[in-house]
Amino acid sequence: MAFLRAFGSWLPSRRVSNNELAPLVDATPEWILEVSGIEERRYAAETDTVAGIGVLAAQDCLEKAGATAAEVGMILVASGSSDRFCPGPASQVAAGLGLASTPALDIPVSSAGSLIGLILAAQLAPAAGRVLVVGAEIMSRRVALHTEGKNTAILFGDGAGAALVDTETGFARIADSCLYTDGASAEVLFVRDGHFYMDGSAVILHASRKMPRAINELLARNQLAASQVEAFLLHQANLNLIARVAAALKTPLDRFFTNIARYGNTSSASLLIAADEWHRGQTSALAGPLIFSAFGSGLNWGALLAVPRESASL
Amino acid sequence: METQARILKVLHKVSGKEISPAADESLFVSGLLDSFALTDFVTGLEEEFGVTIPDSDLSARKFDTIGKVEAYLAAKRQ
Repeated sequence: MAFLRAFGSWLPSRRVSNNELAPLVDATPEWILEVSGIEERRYAAETDTVAGIGVLAAQDCLEKAGATAAEVGMILVASGSSDRFCPGPASQVAAGLGLASTPALDIPVSSAGSLIGLILAAQLAPAAGRVLVVGAEIMSRRVALHTEGKNTAILFGDGAGAALVDTETGFARIADSCLYTDGASAEVLFVRDGHFYMDGSAVILHASRKMPRAINELLARNQLAASQVEAFLLHQANLNLIARVAAALKTPLDRFFTNIARYGNTSSASLLIAADEWHRGQTSALAGPLIFSAFGSGLNWGALLAVPRESASL
Repeated sequence: METQARILKVLHKVSGKEISPAADESLFVSGLLDSFALTDFVTGLEEEFGVTIPDSDLSARKFDTIGKVEAYLAAKRQ
């Protein structure tokens, strides 16, 4: 079995408002808010690295778990914006945590990377022990801050999140998951010459159909109704997209935790940053199921179901 | 009802606008569709015409004019 034990996150201090960004990309602050739900995002400092901010989120997660890095059996690091293609940031995150031999693997997938990490962690933990999943992104270096880069520049921000998946201890048991890849549509979201390119309409079209489908698959397989889910934690891609998913599931939007207004779309970091903020806001033990879902480059998408630790029905 | 009229019916319902663009006019430029309305448009077409639009066809370019939508639906019926 695998359990969600703790989350962690790290956000840069520099806030970039729509007022600051809009003139750079020939847009208005109001338009950015309307099409994305984003009010501001954070930008990393020039000296920050993807691995470095990943370490900071990992340390926050370990501290909240009351665990040490030495207790981690494996590290998975998701990033679509890593400073270097090969080796990716995973080995540097491990080194930054003071680990010299713990296996550390990269998941070079934007947006859906940390969901993939959680799903893999749940499957690997029985053999590897505790798995630390990190999502770290400096997306501000992967967008073009001019008119041609408008559709990505308005969305993306920087940050890192982390989760500790444990074989024995945790507040929720990972009960089920599904993961899909469709490479035939990979060209709708990709990196070229260091910048992200996105066919926004196609991404939204795919995501607004695929994420509800994945979530419904898990709900049906586990004899659950969407109304029974305590909280939906989604990749913070776009507030309008999250609203679409909520509508498709016939579930009120307020059941979906969102923080995209303050951080923008932090790609593969966003799911874990959201999870960390959501978890910090909980004042009592988990009473119902949690659904995680994400969609991203690849195309990759899926969902994960976690249930209260003592739940006997699933 | 002919195909174009049925497509327009879906379009008007999704957009809330009674604009009737030419068959080759961009539905995005004419203000009838945006990225999010496109999703509703595709779902509406599935319901109106009783077809399933597979993920491999989820491209805005296939649905950005009434003429393209009509051709797409005709191909689906063959």
